[in-house]
Amino acid sequence: MNLLETFRTGLDAVLSHRLRSTLTVVGIMIGITAVILTVGLGEGAQQQVGSEITALGSNLLTVTPGSTTSTSGVRGGFGSASTLTVGDAAALTSKVVAPDIRSVAPADSESESLVAGTTNWTTTVVGTDPTWLTVRGRSMTEGRFIVAHDLATRAPVVVLGATTAQELFGFRDPVGQTVDVDGVPMSVIGVLNSVGSSSSSSTVADPDDQAVVPLTTAAALLFGGTTRNTVSQILIQATSSGALSAAYQEADAELLNLHGITSSTAADFTITSEQEVLSTATSVDRTLTVLLGGIAGISLLVGGIGVMNIMLVSVTERIREIGLRKALGATPRVIRRQFLVEASVLGTVGGLLGAALGVIGAEVLPHFISDPITVSPVAAVGAIVVAIVIGIVFGVYPASRAAKLPPIDALRSE
Amino acid sequence: MTPGNDGPGTHDPGVWRMEDTGQVPVEPTAAHPVVRPPVIEVADVWKTYRSGTLRVDALRGVTFTIDAGEYVAVMGPSGSGKSTLMHILGCLDVPSSGRYRLAGDDVSTMSEEELAHVRNKRIGFVFQQFNLLSSLSAWRNVELPLLYAGIERTERRRRALDALDRVGLGDRVDHRPGELSGGQQQRVAVARALVTDPDLILADEPTGNLDSVSARDVMTLIDELHASGRTIVLITHDAEVADAADRSVRILDGQLVDPALAGGLAG
Repeated sequence: MNLLETFRTGLDAVLSHRLRSTLTVVGIMIGITAVILTVGLGEGAQQQVGSEITALGSNLLTVTPGSTTSTSGVRGGFGSASTLTVGDAAALTSKVVAPDIRSVAPADSESESLVAGTTNWTTTVVGTDPTWLTVRGRSMTEGRFIVAHDLATRAPVVVLGATTAQELFGFRDPVGQTVDVDGVPMSVIGVLNSVGSSSSSSTVADPDDQAVVPLTTAAALLFGGTTRNTVSQILIQATSSGALSAAYQEADAELLNLHGITSSTAADFTITSEQEVLSTATSVDRTLTVLLGGIAGISLLVGGIGVMNIMLVSVTERIREIGLRKALGATPRVIRRQFLVEASVLGTVGGLLGAALGVIGAEVLPHFISDPITVSPVAAVGAIVVAIVIGIVFGVYPASRAAKLPPIDALRSE
Repeated sequence: MTPGNDGPGTHDPGVWRMEDTGQVPVEPTAAHPVVRPPVIEVADVWKTYRSGTLRVDALRGVTFTIDAGEYVAVMGPSGSGKSTLMHILGCLDVPSSGRYRLAGDDVSTMSEEELAHVRNKRIGFVFQQFNLLSSLSAWRNVELPLLYAGIERTERRRRALDALDRVGLGDRVDHRPGELSGGQQQRVAVARALVTDPDLILADEPTGNLDSVSARDVMTLIDELHASGRTIVLITHDAEVADAADRSVRILDGQLVDPALAGGLAG
């Protein structure tokens, strides 16, 4: 009996037992769909976090005043004044001192009230210099950013975040309009691009809701303070994400040196990276993926046991058929092959339908739930393979045993 | 009468000895296939079932011979071992000891694979329970042995339809067993038994599940098969059914009642 005939016989058996075949296929299908969707959900969450990290700039370091030690928490410098100055930032731009640092942006921020006509909006006002745009990885949707000339002349100009512009001006074009920042009239020169709200990291303020002014303008007209050249933040962009730790070392050493501190444990500043902030979120999502994967695995196992049951029962109730086929001249090998074909057909059809349903679900479901679903080819292929293996193992093993029975024992069995 | 003539009453275990027919190669005829060995040669066959410490001898040294073209009924009450004998004759089971030659070949030493080929090519079965596959139509049931013989599909269909025609079911080929009466189902089974043109047709209580009219139909069919030269072994406990055969062999408690008389019973 050739392969084509074997295949046809197996297929006939599948088609002639419609209910049983359908149930088996549905069982496998549900298991596969569950695996693809749950793994996809986990991967989707992980990818979302990954893209947020990239958006925030994975090669970014932030220097903040005060130190964080494991014993005493945050410790301020001398007095209440910030220990970071514009001079510190300028020192770090040196290619000799810090070859792994591409650019540095000092920033000082405070919450201020903005008024445009009758509209009032409170937001974070950041005083910084032109490098802020590249360090932050932002761009302009309208107008221009702060330039060196603004800084030198302490120009009363402001760049608004997308949300801020929307809140203050609605659908009117904000560029060229005037905004009162803490009572100081400033003209709007541009609007930042929208990066979407960062949901996974509460430590990062909404990047779309802020106003950016020249650092000198902020120091002279807005923030005041004891010294005019202190900043609340120095943003450092490393040359690449691989050079991040080198940049960290260089900044740390240079700042300790500038501040005259010999021991790094006594530092009056703290350097953090955005990656650190987000690595926690990433690991949480990874845990979620493992958890979802576990649930998917269990559902596949349960589905597999269901399939195993159907297969075992089907083979048991077909022992007479096996006996008859043997009496008519089928060799054990032919019997085994017939059941192999049946089990593979059921496993494959169930697996493919399940994969198709999973892919459709991954497309449709995100419209109803807020989370993205990423179909992982590895999970899909793996699930299909598992489905086929389940079908074959639990379908062929009992059939193979039945095929070895003397035909008369098989024929007699009820 | 020439030795080997198929007429009733002339069968004698010694009939096919070569010395009796030494001159035949000069003048062979279809009716006297003299070089053919006996279809069945059973010598001192035992079958023992063991279940724990319990030992049951279902067959205890059975010896007999059935020649080509014979129609033999094996009779015996239930539990006598006649079903066991039938299973061994049909190569569905193997003897515990003793020798069984089917059409000259010793099947007691064959592998399972070889036995499958023997069952496929040399034996046609008719079971009491019909044993048709309910999911297949009549002709698909009949073609099954040809399928396992590796015969090509169109040829299988042609021969299956021929066989169904012979049993009078030419107009029911696409019906499934569930759509046929018991008698018709058994006729499908007979068609399946003869479709491979086997050396031996084994019928195990073929009328056991049939009403008397259907039973008569099936018996007539078996008579016709016999008349066309086929070797038939019929297992039954019904003396009336056994009467149709050329001769009867009685089995009781795993032994032939009187092997010496076996030939004479048919007369």
